[in-house]
Amino acid sequence: MTSMTRILIRHEAILGILFVVVLFAMASQNDRFLTTANLLNQARLMTEVGLIAIPMTFVIVTGGIDLSVGSILGLCAILLGVFWQNLGLPLPAAIGLSLAAGTAAGFANGLIVTRFRVPPLIATLATLALYRGLAEGISQARSVRGYPDWFAVLGRGDFLGIPTQLWLFALVAVLGIFILRFTTFGRTTYAIGNNEAAAEFSGLPVERTKLVIYTASGFISALAAIVFVSRVSTTRSDMGSGIELEVITAVVLGGTSIFGGRGMVIGTLIGLCLMQILQNGLSLSGVRGDGTTVVIGAVLIVAVLISNLLSRFSSD
Amino acid sequence: MSRRITHALGSLGQEILLVVVILALFAFVGTYNPRFLSENNLTSIFVGNAYIAVAAIGMSLVIISGNIDVSIGALIGVLAVISGLLVTNGYPIWLAWLAPLVLGAAINALVGCLIAYARVPSIIATLAMLSILSGGLITFTGGQWISGLPAGYQLAQFRLLNVPSPVWFMIGMTVLAGFLMRYTTFGRAVYAVGSNPEAARASGISYKATVVKVFAIHGAIGGIAAVLFATQLQVIQSTVPVGLELVIITASVVGGVSILGGVGTVFGSTLAAILFAAIGSSLIFLNVSAYWLRAVQGILILATVLADMARRRRTG
Repeated sequence: MTSMTRILIRHEAILGILFVVVLFAMASQNDRFLTTANLLNQARLMTEVGLIAIPMTFVIVTGGIDLSVGSILGLCAILLGVFWQNLGLPLPAAIGLSLAAGTAAGFANGLIVTRFRVPPLIATLATLALYRGLAEGISQARSVRGYPDWFAVLGRGDFLGIPTQLWLFALVAVLGIFILRFTTFGRTTYAIGNNEAAAEFSGLPVERTKLVIYTASGFISALAAIVFVSRVSTTRSDMGSGIELEVITAVVLGGTSIFGGRGMVIGTLIGLCLMQILQNGLSLSGVRGDGTTVVIGAVLIVAVLISNLLSRFSSD
Repeated sequence: MSRRITHALGSLGQEILLVVVILALFAFVGTYNPRFLSENNLTSIFVGNAYIAVAAIGMSLVIISGNIDVSIGALIGVLAVISGLLVTNGYPIWLAWLAPLVLGAAINALVGCLIAYARVPSIIATLAMLSILSGGLITFTGGQWISGLPAGYQLAQFRLLNVPSPVWFMIGMTVLAGFLMRYTTFGRAVYAVGSNPEAARASGISYKATVVKVFAIHGAIGGIAAVLFATQLQVIQSTVPVGLELVIITASVVGGVSILGGVGTVFGSTLAAILFAAIGSSLIFLNVSAYWLRAVQGILILATVLADMARRRRTG
């Protein structure tokens, strides 16, 4: 256990050093980079990916994966618009219903994974298609605009000089750190990822824990949808497509083993920041948005390769 | 022994079921709207979707070997553009037809090496490839469509015995791959690796070599699909068709290839691809919005996966 902790600390230390190096490299490249305004704006942009990355850390620590998060985000965004504009509900009620729908979508994922024992990869690949299909079918490719001003405070406003959604993200992140690190639930999560059969035989509530984690993933994806809609003040059915890739990259880059049993929320946060400043730095130096997805893909492969190498050293 | 027979019947059952469903769909939609069965519409169903059926053959090999590939849609997009750029830049037509095949095999062999030798899980390696290929394509082409294709390049518009060439490719590739999987050592190695990698290794089958070969063949077949895709119209769109990889995976899985590896045939995947094409077309003839297509696909893949899991639990 202590050697494992040492490896973890080493991985996070390497990441931290890498983060500082990239930060300085970007700052020396462009003097617009290291300004408070730019950094806060970057933090604002990364909130949606960041929010989903917290429950995704739990999912991957159990040895699972959730590919449907982007589709849940899209579906909940569309539902928010439909509830508010087409059904004429007050916006707070529409937000509540949209969050409930996301939670239900995550719960359905959890049921398929636990009760029907479908591998998470296939289960969430199927629901990725289903939820996105529902978003497209319900919206009929129509977008909803014209949200009231007070709603934009969440996505575009500030509270005490810091972007509003960052407070929300900080709350979710702290909760994530606390639950994974200091509670029985967190230790059960690690136990499932290390050896699911052994966890089951030791009487741990394996099914219930996984069900809760996938449900939480759906809920937080819906929360990210609300933040997203508030930030861009429009809903479209293709919102959040491909976001699962960014989320998984951040988690894996942060040192969580894709095979389960190992990982920390702090690592995910560092991975997230590293990815965001890399993207921001590249776009400031003139690389277009599509070019940065190439970099993210490459970074993902390198991150897994390094993680595999590290685990090989630790097992020797 | 008896279990093997029921198993063989079980997997054959999927194909018979598909034939029945396809015939029922044609009969139903044909009575509702006779124009559905017109030669024009039938030709467009088969010709417009044959490339999906061809690509699903390679995908079936990948899934039978216990892996997955979510980057195939992006690969087809990239290879189609390369083919178009070659022929519009004055290279001979045969080279523009052959290059996608060779490049597809080379690129996917590399992905296979990442999976087999560097132990990167196939979902991660191909998610990263998806991001690299699609981001790279848009950055490189800027979304410009390729036009001015020379006469004689449109392979998919050729006819032999009054049957469009994509249909010949679909049938030919299915028979060829069916033979390869059933009667060769390689085919049996793919099944062995997919159903029990440890046992396969113990009986002298190289897991690594088999996986690399499977991905190389899958890439080459993807190249053929790309040529069929590129040559069906007078222009080549240079963006990756959204969700193409999901349609291809769904065709494989609905065609009876077990998501857990080791089971399935390529005949089923071709039949499933035909079924999807027919469903897509019938939505139009039934006056249902095409925006529901993806939701229908999602429900189909989910239902098939759940049925597969239930059957596995019953037969043990």
